[in-house]
Amino acid sequence: MATAAPTPKVNRIGLPIVDYRGGKSTLCAGCGHNAISERIVDAMYEMGVEPERVMKMSGIGCSSKSPAYFMSRAHSFNSVHGRMPSVTTGAVLANSGMTALGVSGDGDTASIGAGQFVHLMRRNLPMIYIIEDNGVYGLTKGQFSATADIGSKLKTGVINDLPPIDTCALAIQLGATFVGRSFSGDKKQLLTMLKAAIAHKGTVMLDVISPCVTFNDHEGSTKSYKFMQEHDEPINEVGFVPAFDDIAVDYASGEVYDVQMHDGSSLRLRKLHEDYDPTNKANAVRTLMEASENNEVLTGVFYIDTKKPSFTDQLNMVDQPLATLPESMVRPPKSALETLMTNLQ
Amino acid sequence: MATGNLALGEEQGLSNARPRVVNDFSINVATVNGSGSQSANSVLLKSIFGMGVPVSGKNLFPSNIAGLPTWYTIRASKDGYVARKRDSEVLVALNPETAKEDILALPPGGVAIYEENLNLKQYRDDVVCYPVPFDKITAAVCTEAKLRKLVKNMVYVGVVAQLLHIDLAVVEQSVKKQFSKKQKVFDLNFGAVKAGFDYAQSHFTKQDPYYVSAMNETAGKIIIDGNAACGMGAVFAGVTVVAWYPITPSTSLVESTTDLLKKFRITPEGKATFAVVQAEDELAAIGMVLGAGWAGARSMTATSGPGISLMAEFSGLGYYAELPGVIFDVQRSGPSTGMPTRTQQADLLSTAFLSHGDTKHVMLLPGSVKECFEMGIAAFDLTERLQTPVFVLTDLDLGMNNWMSDPFEYPEKPIDRGKVLTAEDLERLGGFARYRDVDGDGIGWRTLPGTKHPKAAYFTRGSGHNDAAGYTEKPDEYQKVVDRLSRKFEHARTLVPAPIAVKNGTSKVGILAFGTSDFAVRESLDQIGNEYGKSVDYMRIRAYPFTHEIHDFVASHERIYVVEQNRDAQMASLLKLDLAAEQTTKLRSILNYNGLPLDARTITDEFATKEGL
Repeated sequence: MATAAPTPKVNRIGLPIVDYRGGKSTLCAGCGHNAISERIVDAMYEMGVEPERVMKMSGIGCSSKSPAYFMSRAHSFNSVHGRMPSVTTGAVLANSGMTALGVSGDGDTASIGAGQFVHLMRRNLPMIYIIEDNGVYGLTKGQFSATADIGSKLKTGVINDLPPIDTCALAIQLGATFVGRSFSGDKKQLLTMLKAAIAHKGTVMLDVISPCVTFNDHEGSTKSYKFMQEHDEPINEVGFVPAFDDIAVDYASGEVYDVQMHDGSSLRLRKLHEDYDPTNKANAVRTLMEASENNEVLTGVFYIDTKKPSFTDQLNMVDQPLATLPESMVRPPKSALETLMTNLQ
Repeated sequence: MATGNLALGEEQGLSNARPRVVNDFSINVATVNGSGSQSANSVLLKSIFGMGVPVSGKNLFPSNIAGLPTWYTIRASKDGYVARKRDSEVLVALNPETAKEDILALPPGGVAIYEENLNLKQYRDDVVCYPVPFDKITAAVCTEAKLRKLVKNMVYVGVVAQLLHIDLAVVEQSVKKQFSKKQKVFDLNFGAVKAGFDYAQSHFTKQDPYYVSAMNETAGKIIIDGNAACGMGAVFAGVTVVAWYPITPSTSLVESTTDLLKKFRITPEGKATFAVVQAEDELAAIGMVLGAGWAGARSMTATSGPGISLMAEFSGLGYYAELPGVIFDVQRSGPSTGMPTRTQQADLLSTAFLSHGDTKHVMLLPGSVKECFEMGIAAFDLTERLQTPVFVLTDLDLGMNNWMSDPFEYPEKPIDRGKVLTAEDLERLGGFARYRDVDGDGIGWRTLPGTKHPKAAYFTRGSGHNDAAGYTEKPDEYQKVVDRLSRKFEHARTLVPAPIAVKNGTSKVGILAFGTSDFAVRESLDQIGNEYGKSVDYMRIRAYPFTHEIHDFVASHERIYVVEQNRDAQMASLLKLDLAAEQTTKLRSILNYNGLPLDARTITDEFATKEGL
């Protein structure tokens, strides 16, 4: 008796997870970046985002190659080193209804791209900006980046003696409206944060510690799997209930920050640190600075603001994508030119 | 003082000895930057225009907010010449710092109008002097002390109008237009014009030969600067994303674009059909332009030399990843910071090959405000048709000065969005290869992000790629793509604006020029004809890559003079790369690169010397 092939599991828009996968990774086996790509696939699948409605953006480096390894059905733009923010800004203005997902690295963001990074944050452009942060340059074989901690050691024995740039503290201070840190090895936390990120309208900045197995995973490195397992200190437990799930979860009041997101989803941050308030900017920055002094790697959602208008809100554009407006909407009529000419006579 | 009218002119009988010079002279107004003389200069220019006399104006200003010397020259020309004239016959000296050098620069028989306490007549006994107590006259018509600095400028308009016989009613119209919105401001300013006019009428007897006399040569014409014309072109091209970083002399291009967008591109619901972003620098500006172009918007930026340098890396990405975007380069004097408020045509070579690797760019070279408008439109069609950045190179002289022009014509052709596949196309075709040359013109088909089809997506990258947009380091796959890019550039030759053969007769000698050099070349051709009895052919180049007409023009002449405004003969160099080896020896250069707009006399003299005339 012939049996029907088993129906593959599909998400809420009827797509199997394979439709969210990308090409085969050419990064090193065990690279944290591959785990992040997998979580992006899971998050997009679970949220039921149409792959064709996503643009994958990146700069240059190991991290920036990774858009090739997830969601092949989404348009992708691997731009120039440190300049993904400007390219994404232009693309989002052209078609603001799409979900823009940018993948950068610590070199691409905190060194060559620092200028564009800070201006992206202050504009609050609607996009998800992920830093795959390993503290070293991989493709040029292991130089320190600007997120390397003081005292961290290279394989060659060189000790870093310059302070790290805390991209989360920077993003919060500058105006990003959803800022968090995670670890490529923490599947649950990272996936939940990514799902919440998809629901947010504004700049989401996620710094994801993503160990480099080839150049920065040894004893003495502060970006190794072992170091993270020992020093990862979640500031809150991240829970997310998407708008399409009608699940009520009860927490004892005072234990949880329940943040209503733009699309009706809710982000639930269960307090692990005493009275940590993720809506207080100054406190968030202070907490991050203190943790850094204590050699702790705080993870979780540090800051969220769902009220601040995004850059595209401020520009007051029409709802249709600017990219495909018809000629009748973009070329003023003949009478307009005639009026201009008369006024210039 | 009342006897000023008797200063020198009458003693020497200048006005009796010389015939009238009607509608053929230049006025040089010497002021201080930040003194608010712009409006007055504009009123004077438009008054002469209002008299029907062909006129042009040039602002020679310093890179400074306030306090440094500024000159504004207005040329009236019955023959319609609008290039800079080397000498100005009429001086209005209001800047004590430069007054002595200004009067010393007048040609013999010239005219000096100046603040009377400057006592300039001591320096020249061969010019007509009209000393005017500007401060006293201003104080009488303007009770508010803080406005006097501005109002004083209108007094000289009145004095000049009276002395040159410009119709006061025409001046009144110009003042009205300048201050159209505010009656009080008009009253104050025209009051000052009137006071100057009255003073001149009651205190001076005309001693000089210069007259403005009504003609009918400006009817139906407009006056506009090149930056505003480019911006207008962009708006009528349907630009949707503008990203920019302020830099002299391109700033007003984006400002006027923005003004027009706000005027014409807001829907009845109050929503914008555009986005304008002031970026953090030129790197970000071009990044936004290319990101927007990739996603399907009509995008543009405007900049000048230093910005072009900063845009180098991204321009290479635009070339190799085949992204549309329009870059207006309003050239200024380089190298480096150079002279930011002085003109030059010296970004030609750096723009043609902007970025590392084998990179070549399409450049449009407008030679008038009308072409600023037309090429401002054409650039957007070309960039999407060719899927490559298109640079529009003007210069400070064209961009920031006022030019007379025939009215601009509404574009006849519909907007060309180039080769874009829709979801329906993909359904029919079953897929596509982004960088494959299916039509034989070197241009592939693209899809826009957001196209609802599983086969729509492709991977855009500046790294090595094959014709299906996949990453590659394979020699043959890489080379196939860059060879196709060469073919695409060859195809561009057939799409860019062809040159204008202004004169192509039987002369053995020809001139090639482009952009603002055109004004001086046209006048120089007449000078060469009148003074040496020689006819010279002339072709104006309007784009790079060069179209075949340019090769033909060189081939059909024995000697070609390439006239351009840079030190290194950049256009001649570009031509030499393109021409057959035996043709390159025909090229000679006439160059102007001191920061001043090119004048006809410079060309004529150098041409005569080099031709042994």
